[in-house]
Amino acid sequence: MSDIDKLRRIKTDCVKTLLGLYKRANAGHIGASLSCLDILVCLFFDRMKKDDKFILSKGHAAVALYTVLAKSGRIPESELDSFYKDGTLLGAHPPCSRMLEGVTFGTGSLGHGLSLAAGIALSNRFSGRKFNVYCVLSDGDCNEGSTWEAALFAAHQKLSNLVVVIDNNGLQGFGRSKDVLSLEPLAKKWESFNFEVTEASNGNDFNSLLNAFEEVENRGSEKPKCIIARTVKGSGVSYMENKMEWHYLPMSEDQYKTAVYESGAGNA
Amino acid sequence: MRKEFSASIEKIAASDEKVIFLTGDLGFMALENVQEAMGARFINAGVSEQNLVSLAAGLASQGYTILCYSIAPFVVFRPAEQIRIDVCLHNMNVKIIGNGGGYGYGIMGATHHAIEDIAVLSSFQNMKCYIPFCNEDVDGLVNIMMQRKGPSYLRLGFGIKPERLELPAYSGVRKLSSGNKITVVGMGPAILNVFKAIETGLDAESVDLFVVSEMPLLELPESLLSSVEKTGKVLVVEEHVSRGGLGENLSLLLLEKSAGCKLVHRFACGYPDGLYGSQSYHQEMSGLDPEAILKTMKELSNE
Repeated sequence: MSDIDKLRRIKTDCVKTLLGLYKRANAGHIGASLSCLDILVCLFFDRMKKDDKFILSKGHAAVALYTVLAKSGRIPESELDSFYKDGTLLGAHPPCSRMLEGVTFGTGSLGHGLSLAAGIALSNRFSGRKFNVYCVLSDGDCNEGSTWEAALFAAHQKLSNLVVVIDNNGLQGFGRSKDVLSLEPLAKKWESFNFEVTEASNGNDFNSLLNAFEEVENRGSEKPKCIIARTVKGSGVSYMENKMEWHYLPMSEDQYKTAVYESGAGNA
Repeated sequence: MRKEFSASIEKIAASDEKVIFLTGDLGFMALENVQEAMGARFINAGVSEQNLVSLAAGLASQGYTILCYSIAPFVVFRPAEQIRIDVCLHNMNVKIIGNGGGYGYGIMGATHHAIEDIAVLSSFQNMKCYIPFCNEDVDGLVNIMMQRKGPSYLRLGFGIKPERLELPAYSGVRKLSSGNKITVVGMGPAILNVFKAIETGLDAESVDLFVVSEMPLLELPESLLSSVEKTGKVLVVEEHVSRGGLGENLSLLLLEKSAGCKLVHRFACGYPDGLYGSQSYHQEMSGLDPEAILKTMKELSNE
């Protein structure tokens, strides 16, 4: 089986788990999780080495993270049963309690992730340890001034072990990014902040993502890296794709069945 | 207190390589020695306090102790959410160092004052605020703060210890002098105006004087409780707004102990005339100057 086939199979399992979690909890944020799931699968099952760190700045995609943490054995699968229930570590956003393996920082308020990741990346300078820090940002994260403060700092300090992936699905809380607060030309912005930048033209495709990682990480420069992943909110589920409402809505029984079917995860 | 602070940190940094110092582009004529002593562990992160604080949390998560330094309002209010979430909720070993607590920056104006800092920070999970009351108090408090793992805030100001006062052994609440008519409780250098007031016109033996150096105040020390029970009259003095400061905190603790007393509160009133001036000017506008405090103490002790 090729690496890509392996990732696809893992992704299919993760989608099934993810949809099941959202359905049982009758919860929203499905579109945001499906938007970045391919990125997370790519990172946790291909790119990241044992000591590498991960920060999900877009904490509202927590279910995508919980799913890959369980699938990769970082947390027990049984932990997922507690999702959204009283007394859980697995709320709608990753917990701040430092009690969940694989989650160094709880997130949920946008604009924190890149600074946190930069701090972790900077620690190598003092400890002599070697690891990469991967940080996934949303379009909304790129609205926050603090994200750009962190970008200035990371570039100035030449944090070459920092890799930012922007889940650029073009939709945010209450509108399209181009209508709310234009981010384009996004690649040029990050380039001008002195990042090594590349684009994954299809951020929901493993070939495109892996090529982008390969390319940007192999340039061997001292700059921090940034991958602009052009993604689709609700990717893989036809009625959710590119629809803002799937930031919020839970699925009906019929919608759930359709979602599972379309994602190739068998029957619901 | 900046000089005393930097001397303390210089000593600590020399013996502990896990300490990293971040400044938000401040420290001229104050931190040069720290910069030299710490080398690469001293980082000027630029004028970007939100990044500064989250960055500190990221570093702390890898086992380091981080100091974040700036003018008090800049390092408290701008990154308040970063302190709340990344530092406090995660219980990270990050020390927020705010220079110029209260009206310390005087004529620099309201943008540079921090009169609501304790209200904000002492309400956050795991946070402990340390408030030295004179320059000689700084070294001790810095050491106490650095020994405690977890989020802290150090509110620096300016204050010269009265010659006749001997610093008592440290605790969050310290008794500075004994008397029998009224109990006076102060936070930070504002307590020095109480000293001046006593010197200019009050029998020193009429005042039981306490200084509070840690907020929030979680327990009432026995010495303070028995003083209130003895005098039945309390004056609280702080260069901080009424809401969320020492006055409210102390009142609740006294009520919980059913300690009935008359309580008068002197606090930072903000900018009642909309005008700017020196720290002393703002203290006068709030009734925190020695003369006003003397008047209040006399009235209270004669009631």
